[in-house]
Amino acid sequence: MMGQGMIGQGRLAAWGIGLAALVALPFVYRDPYHLHILVLILIWSFAYTSWSMMGRFGLVSLGHGGFMGIGAYVTALLWNHLGVSPWIGIPVSMVAAGALALIVGYPCFRFRITGHYFVLVTLALSGIVLQVITATRDYTGGSLGYTPNRASGNKLLALQFDDKTTWYLIALGVWLFGIVVWHWVDRSMARYALEAISEDEDAAAAAGVDVTAEKLKITLLSALMTALAGAIYCQYQMFITPDTVSGIAVSLQMVFAAIVGGLFVSLGPTFGAVITILLAETLRIGFGTKAVGWDNLVYGVLLVLFIIFLPKGILGSVLDRLKPQRKVPRAHEQEAVPVARPGA
Amino acid sequence: MFMQAFLDIFDIYLLEAVINGILLGGVLALLALGLNLIFGVIDVTWICYAELVMIGMYGMYFMVQYFGINYFIAAPLTILLVAMLGAALHYLVIAPLLNAPPINQLLATGGVLFVLQSFATVAFGIDFRNLGIRLPVLAFGDMNFSYARLLSFLAALVGMVAVYLFMTRTFTGTAIRAISQDRQIMALMGVDTKRIYLITSAIGGGLAGLAACLLVLQYDVHPFVGLSFGPITFLICVLGGLGNFIGGFIAAFVFAEIISLGGLFSDLEWGYVLAFAFFIVMMFIRPAGLLSRRR
Repeated sequence: MMGQGMIGQGRLAAWGIGLAALVALPFVYRDPYHLHILVLILIWSFAYTSWSMMGRFGLVSLGHGGFMGIGAYVTALLWNHLGVSPWIGIPVSMVAAGALALIVGYPCFRFRITGHYFVLVTLALSGIVLQVITATRDYTGGSLGYTPNRASGNKLLALQFDDKTTWYLIALGVWLFGIVVWHWVDRSMARYALEAISEDEDAAAAAGVDVTAEKLKITLLSALMTALAGAIYCQYQMFITPDTVSGIAVSLQMVFAAIVGGLFVSLGPTFGAVITILLAETLRIGFGTKAVGWDNLVYGVLLVLFIIFLPKGILGSVLDRLKPQRKVPRAHEQEAVPVARPGA
Repeated sequence: MFMQAFLDIFDIYLLEAVINGILLGGVLALLALGLNLIFGVIDVTWICYAELVMIGMYGMYFMVQYFGINYFIAAPLTILLVAMLGAALHYLVIAPLLNAPPINQLLATGGVLFVLQSFATVAFGIDFRNLGIRLPVLAFGDMNFSYARLLSFLAALVGMVAVYLFMTRTFTGTAIRAISQDRQIMALMGVDTKRIYLITSAIGGGLAGLAACLLVLQYDVHPFVGLSFGPITFLICVLGGLGNFIGGFIAAFVFAEIISLGGLFSDLEWGYVLAFAFFIVMMFIRPAGLLSRRR
């Protein structure tokens, strides 16, 4: 959200110090459980950030569970069945997710499927990916889940590490990459084009914006990053099920976290990931094994409450409170998304 | 004689699949009608629609299996239960958001989807449960059709006709149709929009309840059962045009045929994949058909 001139020395310094602290953390503090939670938070933050790249421009996709599932499963399947290293498998899986995004996105954008229509189409997409993973149970293990084979030789080649610190640093790097891409988009011309599109497609088109191309670009970027998140998650956890990496629930989880944190600030999705994962872990520990379902129950109730009372998210609302003078140019964000067919 | 000649022309399994597709289409059309009704009148999409059906299926299961209530007494009770659930959903979640951006309303129902799924998980566990009613199979020529499907198809048709009569023959129905045409003016004409919205939500819920009574005859109940027909219902509504009743009706049968015929060659899941591929192709070929109700 920062204008080009607005990044001050202080802000850069704060980022630098924060990053240095994050990098140094695993060398000082080695509790494996807490590091595990941190790695999960970083990987999911990256996924949520990828989703918010589209979401902040009113392109609410519920298909990202599908992209994440493709990232995870294609990487794991290539490794197990063909022995392809994740270093090649991950790019392949990203290309697969990107191709799917283009195939679904092109007709949607070309023929102006927006608002409700777009949400429902993408929702169906993630549902279908889940169905395919379940249907190909001979290869993917179906709903029982799938485990990549343990590497017998080179751990680096197989992208499998037993050490939590290594994974923490990898996740940190990936997360940082996501934040950098977010800021890169934020400062690009594409951002202005996409904001114009999200307010009025016809007006944007009349002003010379190639609506279909701009939307496709951001969708492709978002899908590629989400697939990467899925692949990294798979490599870290070494166990995936259709329900944890794909499907409608995962898509909704992304939307929820991004909204809780705040869609329109770069650290919003990260903030959302911290809150949701800590909440889930607390509930899981609090309820013990009886917790199955309880965390999602609280998730759902909170999501509804957030949308009713705090549509800009926690971080977004706090930042707004701090900087009231920026209210005017951001007025459009009050109505995050134009409708396909407004009531009037 | 005629039958034999007929069967010589058509492959028997193909014909069976086609007819099963039509029978499946009835229930899908019922679901699409409910979703379209809500969208057409209130301008909201209930993402959790299939989960309302799931709750209804649990209602049927517990009433029939646990309390031993007769199926035909339990069915109206289930319809009533889900109708009340629909009204509550509107009252608690949608009504406070009526002036919010539409996407927020949609996401709020996504939250309700989470709530309903996890509620079912917490309350009923993740076991597959089935009603234990096994209806006989109807043999016709060399083809077999289950009575469950036939009954579902007929009941779905009756449900749709009832909604049609309600919408065209009653004052409230007329008001509902008027509101879907112009939201602002009707309020000025002295129609209590809040009441109409509540009634519409209850009808939408009731249709989900009816679908639940029918689906429970064919499928096992579990907390995630909504996922197996929710996505397809959304595709049907988009292909038919959201809020377009006739379009939804036709699209439901088209999709049901694809799923049924696709299932003939491999698993049912691949039928869904085929349906999705068909949907993408249709968006290229007939985008106008999709957008019939847009300004």
